[in-house]
Amino acid sequence: MDQIFVTSKHWLVGFAPAQCQPIISAIISVVGIILVFAILFAITTILERKGLGRIQNRYGPNRVGPFGILQPVADGIKALIKEDIVPRTADSVVHFLAPLVLVAPVFLALAVVPMGRNMVAIDMDAGVLFFFAVGAATELSVFMAGWSSRNKYSLLGAMRAIAQMISYEVPLILSAVTVIMIAGSLSTVKIIEAQAGYAVGLPRWFVLTPWGLAGFILFMIAAAAESNRSPFDLPEGESEIIAGYYIDYSGFKFALFFLGEYIGMFAVSGLAITLFLGGWHAPFAFLSWIPSYFWFFGKLLALIAVFIWVRGTLPRLRMDQLMNFAWKFMLPMALINLVTAGIWHFLEPGISRWLICSFLVLGPYIMLARGLLQGSNVGKRIYRYAD
Amino acid sequence: MITLSILGLLTLTVAIAAMSLRNLVHCALALTVAFAGLAALYLQLDAQFVGFAQILVYIGAVAILIVFAILLTRGSETPQPSILSPSWLGGIAVAVLVFGVLAMTIVRSSVTGRHLPAAPQISVHQLGEQLMTKYLLPLEVIGLLLTAALIGAVIIAMQEKETK
Repeated sequence: MDQIFVTSKHWLVGFAPAQCQPIISAIISVVGIILVFAILFAITTILERKGLGRIQNRYGPNRVGPFGILQPVADGIKALIKEDIVPRTADSVVHFLAPLVLVAPVFLALAVVPMGRNMVAIDMDAGVLFFFAVGAATELSVFMAGWSSRNKYSLLGAMRAIAQMISYEVPLILSAVTVIMIAGSLSTVKIIEAQAGYAVGLPRWFVLTPWGLAGFILFMIAAAAESNRSPFDLPEGESEIIAGYYIDYSGFKFALFFLGEYIGMFAVSGLAITLFLGGWHAPFAFLSWIPSYFWFFGKLLALIAVFIWVRGTLPRLRMDQLMNFAWKFMLPMALINLVTAGIWHFLEPGISRWLICSFLVLGPYIMLARGLLQGSNVGKRIYRYAD
Repeated sequence: MITLSILGLLTLTVAIAAMSLRNLVHCALALTVAFAGLAALYLQLDAQFVGFAQILVYIGAVAILIVFAILLTRGSETPQPSILSPSWLGGIAVAVLVFGVLAMTIVRSSVTGRHLPAAPQISVHQLGEQLMTKYLLPLEVIGLLLTAALIGAVIIAMQEKETK
């Protein structure tokens, strides 16, 4: 049961003549990834709209199908048959290329994320490096979209997006480096192997260590910023710059941007699961009879739920708050966390290691947070209306 | 070999476009494609680490910085006059002359007579091992320098905030 997808793929490939087997195998993997994540995208949009509706005391979409669960289908048809409008002053070639430059790399990034035991499209030596390398292209697509529309708002959105992505890429990569250091490999498969096994009833996931917990939280914050999710959705900022860099996109191109954003979120969550949450390993030894892909997608849905929850709860940051947070808090924390992971590696296993490393993470956290809040009066806010 | 020449031709074409296009932003985008072509060449040569580092550093950082600088400094709306000037004939003549002299000396030298050693199989794993053993000191020095630069940039930004 655990290997059902792997064996069925081998069985399918077995029909092909020997010399084109590698290509057939690659095509099956690619089609599988695209199908599964496109369906997951559709499910996530409806879950997100329903969830946000609940948080905001309203129903959410409830017209199409029972409880509105067919809404993604309606949205898809609408995107397909809508007129594709290109502004007259737009740079048509760049305008056309931008959504493609966004969608292709985020799907590529999924190729190195293991989704179950032996379920990874490419197991390469430099897997994590590959992930960050293809992720770099998305920034360019945002710029292309914003610039080619010849629209002030979209250009402003693009500049905000680039500034934000550059700033948050540093803590994102630095917090991933801790895991690479401890696991001693850049390969995603080997990183998951390093987290196998159970100690005192708990899994040996990296998130269950002081540096791992700090790294995981830093990674998820930076991931939210990288994928332009709320509270880091300044590049879109509906109330300020309408929709940022993709104002002038309509129909299917807009849908592609939406798709790219969500797939990017899935990919980076998948990497977070690989790096910190033990990949496809079950959380407890007695649950390991459940197939590995179930655990991967379960963890993925849990992380998406957190993203939706955060989006429904937190207000949008201001630009200066965004930059201060990245450079004065995230970056120093990530560097300190890196040193902590090194110390963790060389100390003897035991209680003392836990105490020392927890102190090394918590002390700077408190000091940095105080430093960040200096000069701003944080207290109970008094509302003067609607008494 | 065919893939290599196609990639090389593509990279060259895009690099020429980057130099001669009239719109500055188009030039920057063409330059990015040229970076990507170079990375593809490295990957074709089985140099995984260099290829990915090329994408990460050049497309992810350098190209974005160039684009950002263009946006911040000058209006990208007005197309610049083409860089190709009437004196390009002279330029080509000089370039061909230099190429001829260099090619002649290379062909005549003893380098061409040597046998090439077998191409080594280098994985990212081996690269990492070499960095951690043989080239540890240079790596540490560079790491320290870059971290210092990073922290220095943050500190400069912090001081500016305080004087306001």
